[in-house]
Amino acid sequence: MLEMLSYPFMQYAFVASFFISILCGLMGVFVVARKTAFFTHTLSEISFSGASFGVFLGTNPILGMLLFTVLSSLMIGTVGSRVSRRESSISVFSVFFIGLGILFLSLADTQSSYATNILFGSIVGISYSNVQTLVGLSIAIIVITTLIYRKLKYNSFDNVGASFNSRANTLVSVIFLILLACTVSVTAQIVGSLLIFALLTIPASSARYFVHSIWSMTILTFVFSLIGTWFGLYLSFVTNLPVSFFIATIETIIYIIAVIYDKVTRI
Amino acid sequence: MSTESNLILSVRDLDVSVKNRKLINDLSFDIFAKTLTCVTGENGVGKTTLIKTILKQFNKNEHVQSKIKRSDMQYIPQLRNIDDDYPLTVFDFIGLGLQHSILPWLSKKEKQSVQKVIEMTKLQDLANTPLGSCSGGEQQRVYLAQALVSQPKLLILDESTASLDKEAKFMLLDVVKSVIAETGASVLFITHDPVLVQQYGDYDLNIANQAGTIKPVKEAQ
Repeated sequence: MLEMLSYPFMQYAFVASFFISILCGLMGVFVVARKTAFFTHTLSEISFSGASFGVFLGTNPILGMLLFTVLSSLMIGTVGSRVSRRESSISVFSVFFIGLGILFLSLADTQSSYATNILFGSIVGISYSNVQTLVGLSIAIIVITTLIYRKLKYNSFDNVGASFNSRANTLVSVIFLILLACTVSVTAQIVGSLLIFALLTIPASSARYFVHSIWSMTILTFVFSLIGTWFGLYLSFVTNLPVSFFIATIETIIYIIAVIYDKVTRI
Repeated sequence: MSTESNLILSVRDLDVSVKNRKLINDLSFDIFAKTLTCVTGENGVGKTTLIKTILKQFNKNEHVQSKIKRSDMQYIPQLRNIDDDYPLTVFDFIGLGLQHSILPWLSKKEKQSVQKVIEMTKLQDLANTPLGSCSGGEQQRVYLAQALVSQPKLLILDESTASLDKEAKFMLLDVVKSVIAETGASVLFITHDPVLVQQYGDYDLNIANQAGTIKPVKEAQ
């Protein structure tokens, strides 16, 4: 255990996972309450496409990711959430952006290993500057969500009521989607665009079966993400198998336990 | 009895239409403080559309004039998509209605006002129950409580009793009546149920043939 922590890349991975878990706790609870899990999935595919665009331009992939995800969030937030929730438009979006991502990667003429890096992440290849970006983003997101917290929770947990009795609903939705876009872009670099979707939805979906207030759901979601990522890192270090596999499996097990717990306590 | 000073809402020559189809012409009526006005009429005459038109034009033109602010008015919509695994407790759901502060947590005073509306709506035993596990009648009282927590002067209930059994209907309206007596709020209540109008209504705004007429319920008897 101690030997594992003597490697700087493992230290960074553990610190980064801690902050990713904070983001998942804060954002995940609202993602699930707003029923935008599928849009989040699409957003992670859009981030893949944006990253390959960045590679194609020869700049930092994160710039491409932020550009693509923030623009599409703005579009969805203003054009209307009703359209974005339709299953067919989500499929169209996903397919189009994956296609675009593949095109940019082939035009950029990089090795295919780069694509797998974006999709699956490289949690053990985290640098000090990655950690700095994450900490900065976490602080920014905590501050902004605190500022819009009341409106955001009304809008997320009672969408119909808020639409009649609260103001600035569209603005709140757009701000939330932009924060989500930033979360996906920054964390996807580390855990991969496929896994960030899992971390943003599964722990929060599990937490709501155990506790029933927004604060306690946020904290429990954080704990579930942290268990998944830290145990995943440890198991990956010991077994030399991919960390993504362990994180996905641990989160799935937590979800199954949550559903069983709910079934049992309802009887 | 109905003096200018307790006039809450006054609607003048209002036309109500949906997608260019005219539903109601030249509608005029007044709502006074501490009264319960029922909005009645067949399905599709435009009762909900009328309310939405009032919300949209509220104090924006001469057709819908009121001395209260938009934030002093609460609308309780007919349908709210609450699944049976909806996680928030009744207490927390009611707390969502507190929008006057930007603090991320509820102050002591705000918690007390949530507690107070819980007592008014007889939800004491359910305060810590997830809303998804409550019955239809209980959920309607929770929606009422959420609207009350911001201390509105005008409350609009859209078919709140539509899916409730007899007992739950009367219980909800008893609560509404006691709220009017206690807080002095006025209530606009869209309903289909003639029994409820007779028993609880002060005024009946009946909409038929693209026109609306308002008259006191008791005199009509």
